[in-house]
Amino acid sequence: MKIMVAIKRVVDYAVKIRVKPDKTGVETNNVKMSMNPFCEIALEEALKIREAGLASEVIAVSMGPPQCVDTLRTGLAMGADRGIHVEATTGLYPLNVAKIFKRLVELENPGLIFLGKQAIDDDCNQTGQMVAGLLRWPQATFASKVVLDKEKQVATVEREVDGGLETLSLDLPAVITTDLRLNQPRYATLPNIMKAKSKVIKKYTPQELNVDIRSDLEVVQVTEPPKRKAGVIVSSVDELIEKLKNEAHVI
Amino acid sequence: MEKWRMTHRFIRHSSKLLFDRRSNLNSHNIVPSPGFAFHRYFRLEECNFRRCFGSVATVIERNASFSTLNSDDVSYFKELLGEKSVVEDEDVLLTANTDWMRKYQGSSKLLLQPKTTHEVSQILKYCNSRCLPVVPQGGNTGLVGGSVPVFDEVIINMGSMNNIISLDKVSGILVCEAGCILENLISFLDNHGFIMPLDLGAKGSCQIGGNVSTNAGGLRLVRYGSLHGTVLGLEAVLANGDVIDMLGTLRKDNTGYDLKHLFIGSEGSLGIVTKVSILTPPKLSSVNLAFLACEDYFSCQKLLVEAKRKLGDILSAFEFLDNQSMDLVLNHLEGARNPLPSSMHNFYVLIETTGSDESYDKEKLEAFLLSSMEGGLISDGVLAQDINQASSFWRIREGLPEALMKAGAVYKYDLSIPVEKMYDLVDEMRIRMGQTARVISYGHLGDGNLHLNISAPQYDDKILALIEPYVYEWTSEHKGSISAEHGLGLMKANKIFYSKTPETVQVMGSIKKLLDPKGILNPYKVLPQSLSSYH
Ligand SMILES: Cc1cc2nc3c(=O)[nH]c(=O)nc-3n(C[C@H](O)[C@H](O)[C@H](O)COP(=O)(O)OP(=O)(O)OC[C@H]3O[C@@H](n4cnc5c(N)ncnc54)[C@H](O)[C@@H]3O)c2cc1C
Repeated sequence: MKIMVAIKRVVDYAVKIRVKPDKTGVETNNVKMSMNPFCEIALEEALKIREAGLASEVIAVSMGPPQCVDTLRTGLAMGADRGIHVEATTGLYPLNVAKIFKRLVELENPGLIFLGKQAIDDDCNQTGQMVAGLLRWPQATFASKVVLDKEKQVATVEREVDGGLETLSLDLPAVITTDLRLNQPRYATLPNIMKAKSKVIKKYTPQELNVDIRSDLEVVQVTEPPKRKAGVIVSSVDELIEKLKNEAHVI
Repeated sequence: MEKWRMTHRFIRHSSKLLFDRRSNLNSHNIVPSPGFAFHRYFRLEECNFRRCFGSVATVIERNASFSTLNSDDVSYFKELLGEKSVVEDEDVLLTANTDWMRKYQGSSKLLLQPKTTHEVSQILKYCNSRCLPVVPQGGNTGLVGGSVPVFDEVIINMGSMNNIISLDKVSGILVCEAGCILENLISFLDNHGFIMPLDLGAKGSCQIGGNVSTNAGGLRLVRYGSLHGTVLGLEAVLANGDVIDMLGTLRKDNTGYDLKHLFIGSEGSLGIVTKVSILTPPKLSSVNLAFLACEDYFSCQKLLVEAKRKLGDILSAFEFLDNQSMDLVLNHLEGARNPLPSSMHNFYVLIETTGSDESYDKEKLEAFLLSSMEGGLISDGVLAQDINQASSFWRIREGLPEALMKAGAVYKYDLSIPVEKMYDLVDEMRIRMGQTARVISYGHLGDGNLHLNISAPQYDDKILALIEPYVYEWTSEHKGSISAEHGLGLMKANKIFYSKTPETVQVMGSIKKLLDPKGILNPYKVLPQSLSSYH
């Protein structure tokens, strides 16, 4: 069985985000870009499954500008077997990505797809669900534990929900999106970085895949959240109560 | 997105550094680390104003020419600074009287928080006339007992002088007050595309004035050089209250003696630094970090030579730690994760590069690492793929002082030793100490700076006798320095002769006499007791 994993190149999570002066988006020039942390977790899970002998190959897929190849190299250095880069220089929205993914699935026939539950740049939390919808495959989102039964071709997935854990059982092929607590992604070791250099990254364009990436969405404006006002230190409980009552109007 | 970033940060970094909690003097929340026994060097009740340093009996007596603080003094300071800046609160004083290692403790009854150079000047003028001794205090992260009183010296805490005065965005010259916390300067500069030329594990608490006064080295010295090069100017207040304005912002200025250098590294014994002008390098966008394993010390050394040669223009840090250090961090530092878990290695090296071209730098570093691996210098390694991974690699190296604190008692030595000889001392110390204590070593290999730490469950004179004077003698014999970057403070004031000739020390004494004739500035520190003719 092949596993396909989506990995997105985003502004590094430790970087302080700056909105472009013209409010068309966030500044990405000269800004450190890295793999979306949830995608790292998705990839780690796929690698673990392969290492447990339950899958034969892990394919990492990234879509976007040419530099996505760097992100794919990181994925290959972590242990993915090969990469697919769908090059697109215009913005891709979740539905575009899901449509491209569907085409790649038709070409590669994976038995399982892992995606991060969301990307930390646009926070859409839609792509995995759309991929499952387009493919008409079962889906488990926000996975915090994944157990595969190869014989029965079933995945058992735990999800963290309000008030506890929900356990789902899915027939393969299926789509799983990953949450923070699923695993701790491995580091890229030098021997694996070396090996990754000879691994193949196949390139497509959306046109080659016959996917129309026109979008029916338009970003009107990106703005920074309002600055938080500085707090005050109150000198007594009475003063606190007074402020909550008369200034904050919450009690 | 912000929200996610926040939670993520919380999960991965839930254990804030110990000293971060202590950064604010006004917050009384020092949390003693569990299992750490407060070590008292002496028993105050028994020998008031007398300090006995274990079996290696160095006794310091309070300088009899100093007066003691009285209520008129306190009123004077309140008048001068305002009530709020004159602190007599016991909890605050306990924190300020105790050093970062909780190894040195004074018994000062008064802490002053001046807000301007003028206030510092007035304080010193008054203290000098009254013969009241003072301790200048920055972030109190110093590791040689220099930043806390020995007896009842008045503590002059610089934390309220924390204004940034100017940043020249063309030249990168920053002018600020001495009490600015290093980390705040780092983030201020970050917003303007610059970085501080120094970085160290204590950045969350230490102040630029403290850094200058200790001539702190830190993690980037190998790239940006010492503060003697990057500090362009200073303003300092002498013991008699005179303000010496040397706050130049020129890179070149050969007019007479360059006196600012006297204040860089003199640990508050010649004057109080109130303002600093410092040359800050531009922030370069591409930073890469590798965490590597080497099987023997010789390989670490060779790797250093090769790195200097092949990464020269982008190399920005070269740090090492041994397996004992790694073991200690993994056991005592919350959240520390071994980057190379598959097996324990004898040595670990961090190599950081900083440059302007992400893909070029990365390729260059990768090529270097791969060839070093093929050549057998490196046995394993990982390359940080994002900033979060880089921080967790750094955490291992930077968290070592904190881990040592949590492990129990620690005897710290900060030595400059020719790189090829450096680890011989560690090997010898392991044999000497046997089962009595662990020998933990790490340091700035790129600068030939070894941090030798002897870690034991409790402080014990027998252990101290095994270490001193052996370590100092060894260092002296090998033409090293007994203080590479931490300074002499109280701990090593009497040990200066291991690294300096009597004639040199004599000149130092004359300078001290000239600038601080009554010896009120940070007494008992830096220079040997024998030199101060005050008693
Ligand atoms: C976790 C940790 C890591 C460290 N790493 C390094 C490192 O990598 N490299 C290194 O060199 N050091 C290191 N240190 C020690 C280092 O000396 C201090 O961290 C720092 O430079 C001192 O700054 P501070 O503001 O805390 O000064 P303090 O500790 O308050 O004072 C240090 C000395 O300077 C004097 N002083 C302070 N402020 C002034 C002033 N404005 N005017 C005159 N005198 C003043 C004090 O009297 C004292 O003698 C480390 C310490 C810790 C706890």
